Amino acid sequence: MSARVLPYAVVLAAMAMVPLVSTSPFYVNLVSQIAIAAIGALGLNVLVGHAGLNSLGFAVFPGLAAYLVAWLSTVGGIDPVTAGIFALAGTLAVSALFALVALRTTGLGFVMITMALCQIVWGAAYRWTSVTGGDNGLSGVPRPGASLLPLERPEVFLWLCLAVLALALVQLGHFFESPLGVALRGARDQPRRMNAVGYDVWRIRFAAWMLAAAWGAAAGLLYAWYHQFVSPHMMAVTASAEVLLMLVAGGAGTLAGPLIGAALVVLLKNLASIWIERWVMLLGFTFVVIVVLMPDGIVPGFTRLRGWLRRLKPAPAPTLVPRERADG
Amino acid sequence: MAEPALSITGLTKQFGGLPAISDIRLDIMTGERHLLLGPNGAGKTTLFNLICGDLAPTAGSIRLFGNELVGLPPRKRTAFGLARTYQILTLFPHETICRNVMLALNGLRRGKWAAWSAFGSQKGLREEALAVLERVKLADYADRQVAQTAYGDRRRLEIAMALALSPRLLLLDEPLAGLSRDERVTVQDVLGEVPADVTVVLIEHDMDVALAFAERITLLHHGRVVTTGSRADIAADPRTKEVYLGA
Repeated sequence: MSARVLPYAVVLAAMAMVPLVSTSPFYVNLVSQIAIAAIGALGLNVLVGHAGLNSLGFAVFPGLAAYLVAWLSTVGGIDPVTAGIFALAGTLAVSALFALVALRTTGLGFVMITMALCQIVWGAAYRWTSVTGGDNGLSGVPRPGASLLPLERPEVFLWLCLAVLALALVQLGHFFESPLGVALRGARDQPRRMNAVGYDVWRIRFAAWMLAAAWGAAAGLLYAWYHQFVSPHMMAVTASAEVLLMLVAGGAGTLAGPLIGAALVVLLKNLASIWIERWVMLLGFTFVVIVVLMPDGIVPGFTRLRGWLRRLKPAPAPTLVPRERADG
Repeated sequence: MAEPALSITGLTKQFGGLPAISDIRLDIMTGERHLLLGPNGAGKTTLFNLICGDLAPTAGSIRLFGNELVGLPPRKRTAFGLARTYQILTLFPHETICRNVMLALNGLRRGKWAAWSAFGSQKGLREEALAVLERVKLADYADRQVAQTAYGDRRRLEIAMALALSPRLLLLDEPLAGLSRDERVTVQDVLGEVPADVTVVLIEHDMDVALAFAERITLLHHGRVVTTGSRADIAADPRTKEVYLGA
């Protein structure tokens, strides 16, 4: 167990120490963005990597949570922490209703229906100007602040994001190895058999959907507090596709993949755009390279690479041991 | 007369306008070893799919120990003591042999909803899975990945997945398909050790094994029951030859 936890602990500790090394808030905020994106990608990984349900509307979960917390704490005038709790609960409630529609399908149907559900909420955010601010979104979203935890400081906010990310990694790490996690992959590979041995495949998928929604909502809360601003763009199809891209790049179905994919996309987006004007092209090129070299993502790719390297090492010469003759 | 373990009446299944199963009536007694016989397309596997709930019938009733099964989802039928194997192997290739059986064992337990504790940590689960694997003579390979397992061993794992449910009615869909002669003997031994109170319905084209195993036989053709009877009755019935040889 500790051997598995160690690399994650080292990476998270290194991320947490960035503010101690760099005085520039730019890099601190960059790491916060990676952490928030990773939490979202971890949520989507439950559906794509383990349930075998490819969603192109994942942004609806963070989107709902972000809009709810933004609206409640600005227009509604509720304190940010209470607003956050209500936003989480509200997102889960709406997600449960969406599940009734989305989980009637699998495969391509699921891709389309999740995209459609996300588009509905996007459309509401875009058009229902009196409530959502339309294209301008809602700004001035207050971060929760207490004397103990001054979240307006970038480094403190980063540590909150990393704490949530650590929680997500621990919870999902346990979930994927649990009876329910194994059953979820069973329902992905052999739904017919799972039904026949007494599992309720629909309810297993529902549990996965709600878990994905919960971590998506957590990412959405942090997103709203980070930017202190929400707009419909966070629920655009490209936003959902970006999370899927992180997952495909890092390796769906692995625990570390979403984290690595999120880091890759966020870094490319923010760093490459400084030097190269057409950074989207660079992003596209990077993904082509990944998909060609490691079709199932960076983490599985490196696992395979390690296996090859091990086999490349010269094998010990076979020793000839005289065998007893059977017939004496 | 005692109540039959499985009682099918008026069972019909149409795909579009095409009848796959027509007005089937079949009673199978507790502990019976029953063979479904018939050429390809006779409706044998469709009948299995109707019994276990993968398909919904157009009409008719299926009663298992007095409980009506029609309208229930497959998992509820499993709770009544029904288990089946598939003609096409339906296993979890990314898991080990033992974890496959553990997954099947968990199907009827509340522990299957646990989302925090480790899958293998449930008390006694692995031991129970090993006991099931012992019955199909796979205990030695328990920790081998299914993807790296020989076909003959997977066939026996297919049976183990059903035995794990401690069924009262066991439906076996061609358990010998694609096996070598030695492997067939092993599976024959495995089937011979199924407890006598378990009712077994078998689809099998290997007549040597099937006829040695089954006491009663139902002959199906074009989705209808041609005749039901003892081994000797069916062998002597001229319609058997007619169905198989078209004479």
